[in-house]
Amino acid sequence: MSQPESAVADAQAGGRSGQEPLAKLAERYGLRRAIARPRFPVYVRQLWERRHFILTYATSRNVSKYSSSALGQLWQVLTPLLNAAIYFVMFGLILGGSKNVPNYPAFLLTGMFVFTYTQRTVTAGAKSISGNLSLIRALHFPRASLPLAYTIQELQQLAISMGVLLVLVVITGELPNWFWLLIPVVLLLQTLFNIGAGLVIARLGSSMRDLNQLLPFITRTWLYASGVFFSIQDRVVTGAHWPQWVANVMYLNPAASYIEWMRDILIESYHPENGHNPPTMVLVSCVFWAVFALGFGFWYFWRAEERYGRG
Amino acid sequence: MAELTKELSQVKGQEPAVPDEAVPNKDVPNKDVRVHPNPAPAGKRPLDVPTGTPTVIVDDLHIVYRVYGAASDSEKGNAVNAFTRLLKRQGRPEMKEVHAVKGVSFVSYHGDAIGVVGRNGSGKSTLLRAIAGLLPPHAGAVYTDGQPSLLGVNAALMRELTGERNIVLGCYAMGMTPSEVREKYQEIVDFSGIDEFVQLPMSTYSSGMGARLRFAISSAKTHDVLLIDEALATGDREFRKKSEERIRQIRESAGTVFLVAHDLRVIEETCNRVIWLHKGKIKMDGDPKEVLAAYNKG
Repeated sequence: MSQPESAVADAQAGGRSGQEPLAKLAERYGLRRAIARPRFPVYVRQLWERRHFILTYATSRNVSKYSSSALGQLWQVLTPLLNAAIYFVMFGLILGGSKNVPNYPAFLLTGMFVFTYTQRTVTAGAKSISGNLSLIRALHFPRASLPLAYTIQELQQLAISMGVLLVLVVITGELPNWFWLLIPVVLLLQTLFNIGAGLVIARLGSSMRDLNQLLPFITRTWLYASGVFFSIQDRVVTGAHWPQWVANVMYLNPAASYIEWMRDILIESYHPENGHNPPTMVLVSCVFWAVFALGFGFWYFWRAEERYGRG
Repeated sequence: MAELTKELSQVKGQEPAVPDEAVPNKDVPNKDVRVHPNPAPAGKRPLDVPTGTPTVIVDDLHIVYRVYGAASDSEKGNAVNAFTRLLKRQGRPEMKEVHAVKGVSFVSYHGDAIGVVGRNGSGKSTLLRAIAGLLPPHAGAVYTDGQPSLLGVNAALMRELTGERNIVLGCYAMGMTPSEVREKYQEIVDFSGIDEFVQLPMSTYSSGMGARLRFAISSAKTHDVLLIDEALATGDREFRKKSEERIRQIRESAGTVFLVAHDLRVIEETCNRVIWLHKGKIKMDGDPKEVLAAYNKG
């Protein structure tokens, strides 16, 4: 057994007597640092190679999530429905939010389902790194797989709740038309935004332990600001007599933009003067947030790639 | 994870006995006591023997952990305490920094099987995770040839899912392709010996069955540098024999194997070199017989 001797001799020669530093020895044999962060394009490629893991992980989490409750996967639909029912009573009936909004039930349901998708992704994303430390410390994979898997998990749930939403909207009296073909486009843009937001919040959540406690308040504020149960235009400009630009800024909020576009598609009487098209500003906002969040999210998350194991 | 935290807080508990070396000093040569039966003179060392290629170089490695929730019960979850701390601008007591590995250096070569021994909390598991590139070094560096992998897939599996789904999930988590998964699936089921239980959720398995399935999944992949953390002590005697055989096979196909085990007999049988870690430092590094004899004495 001459190898261990040469090993120790080499280590002693290199590390102790200082003849050849270990870093030099590593360089001579072409050894690489174990925890170097890959360049960004390489990182994206590695992520693509892990697509099967990401998909399987998302599906597995979905299957196991409701396995202990009696109604199982039904809760994916029941939760937003119950929420919508509460808000309908609160804001529609008691506070009179439905006054100037035609087809208020469809208006409320659309806002609720679209917002829930983003809210759930952000909430799940915050835990995707901090809740999986044992996995991160045991196996090798691009860490962005985790927030990505969490977003895909929510996307799979959305497929079900979207079907329910369409049925409900038809029940409230809207008729399917060609514009409904645009629904996947809106959802795609929103998904891109959600992926980016999930990545950003995942990195924040990995270092800020208190974020999970704070997040419900942030998302609730976001919910109120996004006009889920009232029309921003109606409340801010017509009702409160604030200048138009305040309403415009509120529409630029990504959640409000996606909700707005979806309502324009689904509800005939929502903006009869526009046909089924949202204002250009909302369109631009939808595309901008999707592209910006996705690009920034990946870049921001990748910058801390090698630090996620530390907790 | 809970075990790890426990283990680490023990390190923390031992720390006062150790001279303060929190600041790594690169100029000072390593003070590790290293004993070798026949220290070969530096001039005689075979420079370009093919088997002498280094596979892992650990260069003055320091690992510092942050551990949460290590506070005593009286301090924990008390709003008044939390508020006082906030007023006094103190850090959270639940967060502790644990200096688990303190300046470890060694070189491993192709064909080495290195046993790592040491008491609980001496930094064995942490060192392995650092070599695998899963824990970022606080100072120093680990250089590797190829990607070292930890033998262990437990964290990716989900108790509520069937064995079938967990096999697929575990294989993907280790980075296999769909065709590799299809190829290995039956082999994993056969090796684990859980038969028709593969259709049932893992939460219904006995602890032995669960351990067998986990070992079968995690040993299904071949690696250049393999790190094994106490994977041997699982299952009944028959399965133990089977898994030892599997480890031997893995060793032959892998370039270098690191093995952490409390069962010194296993280390003596399978390793050609042993590193003794004590409180995060190398106390001894060399021939298994010598090191283990000294370890048993100390």
